[in-house]
Amino acid sequence: MSNRSMGKNGPVSLIFHTLFTAFIVAPLIVIILVSFSDKGYISMPFGGASLRWYQAMLDAPELMGAIWLSIWLGLGAALLATAVSVPAAIAIARYRFIGRDAFTALLLSPLMMPHVVLGVAFLRFFSLMGWTGSFLALLLVHALIVVPYSLRLTLGAIIGLERDAELAARSLGASRWISFRRILLPLILPGVAGGFVLAFIQSFDEVTMTVFVATPGTTTLPVALYHRVALLTDPVTTSVSTVMIVGTMVLMFILDRVVGLDKVLIGKK
Amino acid sequence: MAEATSQSNRQHWLLSLPAVVMFLGLLVVPLALTAILSFNAFDSTRGPLDEYTLSNYIEVFTDSYYYDLFARTALMSLGVTAICILVGVPETIILSRMRPAWQGAFFVIILGPLLISVVVRTLGWSILLGREGFINTTLLSIGLSDAPLQLMFSMAGVVIVLTHVMLPFMVISVWSTLQKLDPQIAYAARSLGAGPLTAFRRIVLPQLLPGILSGAIIVFTLSASAFATPALIGGRRVKVVTTAVYDEFLSSLNWPLGATVAVLLLIGIVLVVVGSNRIIERKFKQVFA
Amino acid sequence: MTKLSIRGLSKTYAGNVQAVRKVDLEVESGEFLSLLGSSGCGKTTTLQMVAGFVSPSAGSVLVDGEDITYAAPEKRDMGIVFQSYALFPHMSVSQNVGFGLEMRKVKRPELEQRVSEALSMVRLTGLGNRYPSELSGGQRQRVAIARVLAIRPRVLLLDEPMSNLDAKLRGEMHVELRALQRRLGITTILVTHDQVEAMTMSDRIAVMANGVIAELGTPQQIYDHPTSEFAFKFLGHANVVEGEVVSADNGQTAVQVGAAIVPARTETVQIGHKTKLFVRPERLRLCSTEQGSIQGKVVTKLFLGGIWFYEIDSTVGKLRLTVTNAGTAQPQEGQAVGITWNDGDMQYVSSEAAHG
Ligand SMILES: Nc1ncnc2c1ncn2[C@@H]1O[C@H](COP(=O)(O)OP(=O)(O)O)[C@@H](O)[C@H]1O
Ligand SMILES: [Mg+2]
Repeated sequence: MSNRSMGKNGPVSLIFHTLFTAFIVAPLIVIILVSFSDKGYISMPFGGASLRWYQAMLDAPELMGAIWLSIWLGLGAALLATAVSVPAAIAIARYRFIGRDAFTALLLSPLMMPHVVLGVAFLRFFSLMGWTGSFLALLLVHALIVVPYSLRLTLGAIIGLERDAELAARSLGASRWISFRRILLPLILPGVAGGFVLAFIQSFDEVTMTVFVATPGTTTLPVALYHRVALLTDPVTTSVSTVMIVGTMVLMFILDRVVGLDKVLIGKK
Repeated sequence: MAEATSQSNRQHWLLSLPAVVMFLGLLVVPLALTAILSFNAFDSTRGPLDEYTLSNYIEVFTDSYYYDLFARTALMSLGVTAICILVGVPETIILSRMRPAWQGAFFVIILGPLLISVVVRTLGWSILLGREGFINTTLLSIGLSDAPLQLMFSMAGVVIVLTHVMLPFMVISVWSTLQKLDPQIAYAARSLGAGPLTAFRRIVLPQLLPGILSGAIIVFTLSASAFATPALIGGRRVKVVTTAVYDEFLSSLNWPLGATVAVLLLIGIVLVVVGSNRIIERKFKQVFA
Repeated sequence: MTKLSIRGLSKTYAGNVQAVRKVDLEVESGEFLSLLGSSGCGKTTTLQMVAGFVSPSAGSVLVDGEDITYAAPEKRDMGIVFQSYALFPHMSVSQNVGFGLEMRKVKRPELEQRVSEALSMVRLTGLGNRYPSELSGGQRQRVAIARVLAIRPRVLLLDEPMSNLDAKLRGEMHVELRALQRRLGITTILVTHDQVEAMTMSDRIAVMANGVIAELGTPQQIYDHPTSEFAFKFLGHANVVEGEVVSADNGQTAVQVGAAIVPARTETVQIGHKTKLFVRPERLRLCSTEQGSIQGKVVTKLFLGGIWFYEIDSTVGKLRLTVTNAGTAQPQEGQAVGITWNDGDMQYVSSEAAHG
């Protein structure tokens, strides 16, 4: 919605806005440009462009392994998070019970918690449980930290929905389960699907917590990238990053189609 | 309405059970274990011991190294928060004045990076900020400075990049408040004789304050919790709480001490959030009930 | 042929909100009964207890003598139409109407036939492939009605079904729905806060207030001879005049109002006591000052099309009355007038609520 009550944007505003936008996109543009360079060091591709750093990425087994691991991890975590959040969202939106607010706060709490603290906690937990290096353990904790995202979008979809349609279905002879499957689920599906995609993205991007618990066998893409960048900035990091940027843009497009980006990013109901 | 139907008295338990089990088992238990770990004694040759002691806390509270660490982190976060307010609020207002089509496009551009891994964004900045990076070469070539600026491995660099990472949160927060504003209020002020600036300062800005404050809380706490950016841009020279915890755990292997710092970080952040929410509520409750 | 009995039905919500208190109702087979009351008086809660969405704190619901108080909603064979219509937005009109039949495992050809039968009952033939978003408000409401009629419910429950329609369409739907209900002979409960709606459609009306039934009877009974002051004031306008008991004889008292002696059944039989009497605006007549039992002066005169509305400052207080607009000259503002009425139109009603 346009809110023009505070007048129009003058030239100063437009200059400010241009600088602001440049500031936001600059690092991303630079990465994409550098990734097409044909030099063996970080440089712009204007002197000569090539795809050699994309080839280098494909030839680096540890990077390709990390990409696939992150994809599977993200899918598994998003799936598990969705499976947990949908019933939880129904409980929160459709029932009044003692501890409902506390329950909601608990499920959203990973949003507020420093991921360093979570990393420390999981590192300790895994080492006590003997789970260090387990993909399944990593998947479980990734699912946990992305539950808030899937919960928020699912909750947004359910809360905006009148309960009458479900009641009507019940009264027409549908059992609880059928009224969920035939009425509620189809109606909240965009929210659930949006939550799934957002949860996938958040899991795929997570680095701070994962860097604590990742082992050589469970190194995710951001962690691999982190370690590479921390050592030295070689151009293959930029081609990997470009792939991540483009992948994210594709997912953003899907999110926009399914739920609307404004809902995802701004949390509008 | 959330009224239960006939046989639903236990239904919500069934529905919330998976989440409760998950969060108790994978969040509450690990956090409790970490809290306990922070009381474990540590011996540099034998590792964590089974004895319980306050010595980790005593060390953190008495050693000026940790005092500096926390102070540096707080200052860095405050700086980022201040810049985000100064830059993010005007930008949000500019956005609100745009035509819807432009608005949508710029929202994607400005908020989209939120969904891109922070490591990627930080990498972009490290290319820009290096001694031979594009910022320095540009500044040198147009003669704005005569020696390359030290931006990498400096606090200034960390603040710049964190600002980049945090700005979208400020925009989102201010935008949500701006959406609730009744545009006619500003018209009313104008028709009562206020100039555009006065109307903004006296009428619009006060109403935006809750959004700015809640944005500030988010930016501050996320800055204080940020790890990848200070680690990659600040390196060893600009240690903050999160990178110190990482070093304790993965380099010095003094887990109890690392856990202590982590617990204190969590407590600090909870205090900031709860405290500022109190203030916001007390100040704005009557007006924005 | 379904008789619905509601016995001592009560609902106390968490936080001690007594939404419904000991409601007793016998709805006869084929009867159209309305629950009429202002917002928050417990109508919806009552209806939802009958439908099975809210579990009663006490009391029971019986259909043809069978106790269904705790039966699941899907086992009750009741059709409920919501204020929001509650259409399934992701299903076409036919799919909406066929849903209940599908749940009853009705097979294809019969299902389709019953769907089109239901659609023709509400005059929506041909719109089966549309989606709810492609319909007008009035059409949506018809779909909601067709959807419940298709299952041939034992009881039809309507929760403010007309409140989202504009006034003209609402009036038409009153007549149409009433005719349909008559034709099908479905036992029906309508919840509404709209008196006109309740009056035009119902065999009987139960006026609800604060979770109890304050008045129960045919529309004419409860309008003309309500048993409580509350009901008199709730249903249309009440003029309240003060009079004095002048004679009491065998339960029949006479009350002096102005120059008139009004026969009434009051509770106070002591001569000389003051008592309140009630009269509807349309039962008061304007006349010359000499002929009037009460004298007064016209304060306000408003033209409402079919009627004139008057406010009179009279010797017994402010009175409102209406005069049919028959094209004849009527007194002007400021003019002195007399007011008269027929015996029986000015009546005594108890200030106690009938129940509760
Ligand atoms: N789920 C609920 N929880 C608590 N109180 C409720 C609930 N539903 C209704 N009430 C209360 O019960 C009373 C009656 O509500 P309702 O039956 O909806 O009234 P009506 O339909 O006559 O407007 C109101 O005071 C309302 O606030
Ligand atoms: Mg109601």
